[in-house]
This record gives sequence, structure tokens and C-alpha cells, in this order.
Amino acid sequence: MGFVSPPLRLTENQYRAIVAHCYDGLPDEACGGLAGPAVDDEPLGVVTEARPCRNEDKSARTYRFDSRDFMASLRAAEARGEALVGCWHSHTHTDAFPSPTDVAQAEAYPTWFYVLVSLRDGEPVLRAYRIRDGTVAECQVVLDR
Amino acid sequence: MYTRCVPVEVRLPTLLRPHAGGAASVTADGASVGDVFTDLATRYPGLSDQLVDESGSIHKFVNVYRNDDDVRYLDQLDTKVTDGDVISILPAVAGG
Repeated sequence: MGFVSPPLRLTENQYRAIVAHCYDGLPDEACGGLAGPAVDDEPLGVVTEARPCRNEDKSARTYRFDSRDFMASLRAAEARGEALVGCWHSHTHTDAFPSPTDVAQAEAYPTWFYVLVSLRDGEPVLRAYRIRDGTVAECQVVLDR
Repeated sequence: MYTRCVPVEVRLPTLLRPHAGGAASVTADGASVGDVFTDLATRYPGLSDQLVDESGSIHKFVNVYRNDDDVRYLDQLDTKVTDGDVISILPAVAGG
């Protein structure tokens, strides 16, 4: 895809909070924003806040950040001199890979990390991707203590 | 009723900047968000389709804020703007 993504670094607490939020959202998809430092719009991969947003669609098949939660997330990040650098959402019955809709919508935020959490099986599966120009590339997720 | 047309700043997301000559922020006149969008459309014709759909409503996948408030929870395109207000446009974060 023409660039090398840094790994996405999550603390264990952020990882647990994201997965828990996805289970809490069942039967609907759950979503939230990842904030962290960025240089020239490019995220460094560090996440300082994983902030749940309500799923405005209230759907098991689609998600959309509640617009008020979205603005609040953005302003909170800006107040720290940071940016929104990604988002997560759950797939309740499919695997942790971006759907065609996810790829199409990612056009709006091409610098972001896209985290998918699959709840299809007994164990949650969390994976991260970069999505640019319709191309999906998985990136490494590093868990920090 | 007398409504005064005021210039307001409109902040554009990266995705829409090519429709406005690359600008991150533009100025347009109007007494409401809808007026401002109409004025924007005359200055930047390519921008119009991205903001308002065929039925004249705010495009489905666009969030429009007056300052930090989503205008869907105010008066939609009829939301009044006054001097110093900032309209922010943010593509929705959405998917399936």
C-alpha cells in the first residue's frame, strides 16, 4: 500500500476496555475512538485514550459514531494536543476483517487505524488494519503493560 | 423578520478540501446553515453535492456542527448562525 505502518500499541487496560465495550454492546455492534499523538496527520501508533462512542445505528449489522460523542472525543484529543488516530468496532457474527462497507467508509479518514473485534466465536479476536485507497493492510498490534 | 447575513467560517474535512481549492477552512455568508451552504455552493460548486442530498437534506454520511453542536439536534439546515460561529463538517465514522 506504499507505506509501512507502525504497530498499533494498546495497553492491556485499553485492550480489555475495548473488548468489554464490544460485549456490552451486544446484540448490536459497538464502536469507539482511539486518540493519540500524530505527526503531520500520521498516527505514531500510540493510543492515549480508547473512548467508547454510542452506536447511533443501534444495529447488529452497521455502526455509526454518535455525532455528539464523536465531537466530544475529537475535542478531548485536541485539548491534549493529540488527534483521533483510529476507531474500533465489533463484528458480532463475522470475522475481524473490514467489510466492504468498512473499506468504503474508511475513505473519510485514510490516516486512521481501524480495529475490528470479532465476537463470533467463544474468544474475542482483535485485529488492526490500515485502509487506504480501497486497500486493506493488516498491521501488528502490540500490547503494553 | 429581518435577518442579517453574516460571514461564518466553515471548516472542511480533508476529504472535501479538493472541492474548495485545497482550503481547510473557507468563509461564506448566511443567516442559517442552509444559507451558508447555498453561498458555498456558488463559490465552490463541487462542494454542494457533498453536503446536501437530492432531497435538500444534509447528506447522510456528513455531520454538520454549529460550533460543537450537531445541527440535527438543533434546526437542521434552518439552524441560525451569528457572527463568530464556526460550522464544522465531519464525515461520519461508520461502517458495517
